[in-house]
Amino acid sequence: MNAFFATVRRDLLLALRRKSEVLTAVFFFVIVTSLFPLGIGPEPVLLKKIAPGILWVAALLATLLGLPRLFAADHVDGTLEQMALSPSPLGMLVAGKILAHWLLCGLPLVLLAPVLGLQFDLDASALGILTLALLLGTPLLSLIGAIGAALTLGVRGGGVLLALLVLPLYIPALIFGAGAVEAHIAGLGAGGHLSLLAAMLALAVFFAPWATTAALRIALE
Amino acid sequence: MRQSIVHWFKFASPQSFYPLAGRMIPWFWAAAAIFGISGLWISFFVAPTDAQQGEGYRIIFVHVPASWMSMFIYLVMAFWAGLGLALNTRVSGMMAQALAPTGALMAALSLWTGALWGKPMWGAWWVWDARLTSELILFFLYLGFMALQAAIDDPRRADKAGAILALVGVVNIPIIYFSVKWWNTLHQGSTINLTKAPSMAQTMLWGMMLMALAFWMYSIAVALMRVRAIILERERHTEWVKHAVE
Amino acid sequence: MQWNSVGEFFAMGGYGLYVWGSFGACALLMVAEPLLARRRLSEVRKILARERLADELDLQQKNP
Repeated sequence: MNAFFATVRRDLLLALRRKSEVLTAVFFFVIVTSLFPLGIGPEPVLLKKIAPGILWVAALLATLLGLPRLFAADHVDGTLEQMALSPSPLGMLVAGKILAHWLLCGLPLVLLAPVLGLQFDLDASALGILTLALLLGTPLLSLIGAIGAALTLGVRGGGVLLALLVLPLYIPALIFGAGAVEAHIAGLGAGGHLSLLAAMLALAVFFAPWATTAALRIALE
Repeated sequence: MRQSIVHWFKFASPQSFYPLAGRMIPWFWAAAAIFGISGLWISFFVAPTDAQQGEGYRIIFVHVPASWMSMFIYLVMAFWAGLGLALNTRVSGMMAQALAPTGALMAALSLWTGALWGKPMWGAWWVWDARLTSELILFFLYLGFMALQAAIDDPRRADKAGAILALVGVVNIPIIYFSVKWWNTLHQGSTINLTKAPSMAQTMLWGMMLMALAFWMYSIAVALMRVRAIILERERHTEWVKHAVE
Repeated sequence: MQWNSVGEFFAMGGYGLYVWGSFGACALLMVAEPLLARRRLSEVRKILARERLADELDLQQKNP
């Protein structure tokens, strides 16, 4: 467990030295969501209807931006191989790296989403549901994305390939995440959607670090 | 018992699988032709005109088999991939690689015929129906698998990375399917079902089954052809390949 | 048999474009795919035959 927290701490420290990389994803999220009203028109009713979908799609793409870097730097300088050889299980270290990725690329989006939701005229309770859905959904995105990042490690055209591999797997998160807010606005209650998101998150917490570790070992062979 | 296991494992080596596949291919082609011709005969000359959909319903005789095969091939592909990962047999990975293009082709055919069915029946080429949407996502999964394998130069690593992706995909397919279905029922309006055929005549069912068998045999035959090419490509520096090709 | 003439068969009760578009696409791709697979196999074989020839020539030059 110590190794887990040490990995999280190390990755956070490294990221803080290169703030611009973290900020890029956040700015991307802000800019993309602000582009939609400009492209569609300022009609409040329409914007309110499409807001959950836009915020979620933007969040998917923003988390995708940080994924290629998840293992790349450690792979290049050999840290990853040392991790694979270290006495603490690689799965634990990988889980730490995924958590750090979420803290850097996912959590800022969750915190920003309510502010951006205001642009789309969402009311307070809908903003609450949106934040809650993103809070459950963005770790799921980091976990699934880590598998893709490990599979494409050091591969030609890794970034685009990563998007091709990971985006179809993100679809359930998108459906239930955006659906939660829509169901809430429609007065149906978001409980079902949120519990399904939580169930998928639980499944991913269990399986994704394991699959990522297997993929990393293949990449390191 | 022991001996039969050893007997089967013999074919896990490319050297003995290559001629075996070559011997099997004509039989699968013959089966595909027999099932295909009888299936086509039933679908055009025996199956009656549908009361509601007229002659347009005959598209299902290729649409449904293509959809079934696209899903089934993904499962088979994941099975071979998983087997290759677990037992470290080389032929398994090659099989998975050989199946992927056929699966993608079936998914593409399913989408194409679905669109051609949808235009006269629904009035639109594309409807965000749960089945069509899932099929589209399945097509993307095939493309991802093929792109990943094509991007990795070392064939052994490509096999293993592809295997993990295929297994992750297999876990995800039911989740994707149910989420798309849920999404579809939540957004009212496009809840027409492709298989809502109220009373499918017995002959129609027969035609569909025969066509599905034809597609199945076709898939096996073409996958075996491709796996033979892959075996030679990968094993070209071994002694047996030099002697196998006269 | 519900067709009275060949024309009626090809018209498919007004759905000709859709029905033949579907069956035609299937036929086209299911003919093209095996041909491509066969070409891939024969190309590998050609390369292998060439390599074999090169090996034999090497041998002849070494011990004439």
